[in-house]
Amino acid sequence: MSVTTFPSPTLRVRQPNWLVRLFDYKPFLVTMCLAPAIGLLGVFLTYPLGLGLWLAFTDTTIGRKGEFIGLENFQYLLTDSLWWNAVFYSVVYTGIATFGKFALGFWLALLLNNHFPFKSLLRAIILLPWIVPTVLSALAFWWIYDPQFSIISYLLVDVLHWRTTNIDFLGSPWPARFSLIAANIWRGIPFVAISLLAGLQTISPSLYEAAMLDGASAWQRFRYITFPMMMPILAIVMTFSIIFTFTDFQLVYAITRGGPGNSTHLLATLAFQRGIAGGELGEGAAIAVSMIPFLVFATLFSYFGLARRKWQQGEAND
Amino acid sequence: MTDTAQASAVADAKAAPDTMAWDSGLRRLMMIYLPLGCFVLVLLFPFYWMAITSFKPNAELMNYKEHNPFWITSPTLAHIKHLLFDTAYPRWLWTTMLVAIGSTTLSLIASTLAAYAIERLRFRGSPYVGLGIYLAYLVPPSILFIPLATVVVQFGLFDSPLALILVYPTFLVPFCTWLLIGYFKSIPYELEECALVDGATRLQILRRITLPLAVPGLISAGIFSFTLSWNEFIYALAFIQSGANKTVPVAILTELVTGDVYQWGALMAGSLLGSLPVAIFYSLFVDYYVSSLTGAVKE
Repeated sequence: MSVTTFPSPTLRVRQPNWLVRLFDYKPFLVTMCLAPAIGLLGVFLTYPLGLGLWLAFTDTTIGRKGEFIGLENFQYLLTDSLWWNAVFYSVVYTGIATFGKFALGFWLALLLNNHFPFKSLLRAIILLPWIVPTVLSALAFWWIYDPQFSIISYLLVDVLHWRTTNIDFLGSPWPARFSLIAANIWRGIPFVAISLLAGLQTISPSLYEAAMLDGASAWQRFRYITFPMMMPILAIVMTFSIIFTFTDFQLVYAITRGGPGNSTHLLATLAFQRGIAGGELGEGAAIAVSMIPFLVFATLFSYFGLARRKWQQGEAND
Repeated sequence: MTDTAQASAVADAKAAPDTMAWDSGLRRLMMIYLPLGCFVLVLLFPFYWMAITSFKPNAELMNYKEHNPFWITSPTLAHIKHLLFDTAYPRWLWTTMLVAIGSTTLSLIASTLAAYAIERLRFRGSPYVGLGIYLAYLVPPSILFIPLATVVVQFGLFDSPLALILVYPTFLVPFCTWLLIGYFKSIPYELEECALVDGATRLQILRRITLPLAVPGLISAGIFSFTLSWNEFIYALAFIQSGANKTVPVAILTELVTGDVYQWGALMAGSLLGSLPVAIFYSLFVDYYVSSLTGAVKE
């Protein structure tokens, strides 16, 4: 039973008996192995999730234990134009940014799927926007969007002479909204492109050969081979992308903090402003909870809408 | 001469079925290299701009008429010097490093054990535990930070980096577990059976056989966790209050952005220095990183 060739077998014989046997007892071993992960997730994820749901129905503030007040927080939010603004912008932000990320990311993935020199180097460089801390690249964007010293304005005004005045990127609502969306697309392209590239590489070249023998055009090959074959992976990547774009916080907090005039608040930044900065924990939690229905809907939509093909075939997952 | 001609003829013959006659250099240039060049330019420009700003003297930063903004005429280290000696930047870097290493270690231990139990010990209900851990990954930090803040206060960990070390595994463990389950799957079960027959205990098998074979997976998971915890923002913003205990991303935004006139040179130098550790770390292990990213998506 014991480990065979140890120098002092006499010492080692007794110890293994109960301790090692305990660790070989499967239920005990399974419990011990799962305990750290389940413990961490239970205490810092499941419990706060439940607590958040509870807080949303109370009037807790920082330093004061709240009372249960039913749906009052949500009733208040429904009359709050700032909340409606945040919902509106969250949906617009997610919609446009996801579309942009996937259109450009898919294109980049198709480009990277060709053969050319220094391909792996290029692939490594392209991921940079994704691995650098978002807040730090957001600061770079803030500087690029500076009203006075924006490099884009300089390019358009002084170099190309297309405009006569500087662009005021962050000074008024709609330009600010689109500037943030552009920064989000910039940050999201690498992830989408590299994930989809992995999907593209799994498509068998024989499918394209067969299609070309049948005289399919490049567009037809894309439409009837590439696109359908990519559906499952598109669905997964898009689900993730939508969830993390809708709940985005860093980019908006770093660049505009919800301004100008609260026009660029996402639900997450509004929740932070009310819950942590303003101290109204209950109301902040209610705003955070109000994201959940949108997330569930978006997830179901993108997952079942796009993954329908795989789902219908009843393929077992690998 | 004849060699090249022959070579191109062979290439033509190879390419013939899939392309038309004019599908050569120019078309390839327009369809692949030009858009690819634009993508790379746009994706990298903010970094170039960040880097060049951090070495520009203030006079050049604020005067585009006399100085070409795309280049530096007299580079200076003033901003970096200001950052390192007049602010708590080294302290922030140290805290961030500590938090990233601590939470990465914790998540690696927790998720290795969990992945081993789920994939190899195969108890009843193990697929459900795996699914549960996977679902935990879909819970975004934005809906957790408010209740988590109260939990952190309850535990007396508010304003302590330890809170971040304990909280970051909530988004690291699900990812790492999922990644490692994939790696463990690829290790032949026969190896473990042999060891069992030879009288090894389960823990010995994990330590002597499974883990050494799963090293690439552990490295991928480690790099991924390290970069994710280095980049984390919302928890660090909500749970840490005193200037000295902040992590780099939070500190730059809350401590360096002061007043109405932004010190763009110092801000960009701070961003550059804060990005460098992850960028260097990433460049050392880029293949592991890409494989873990794509592997996780394929799963």
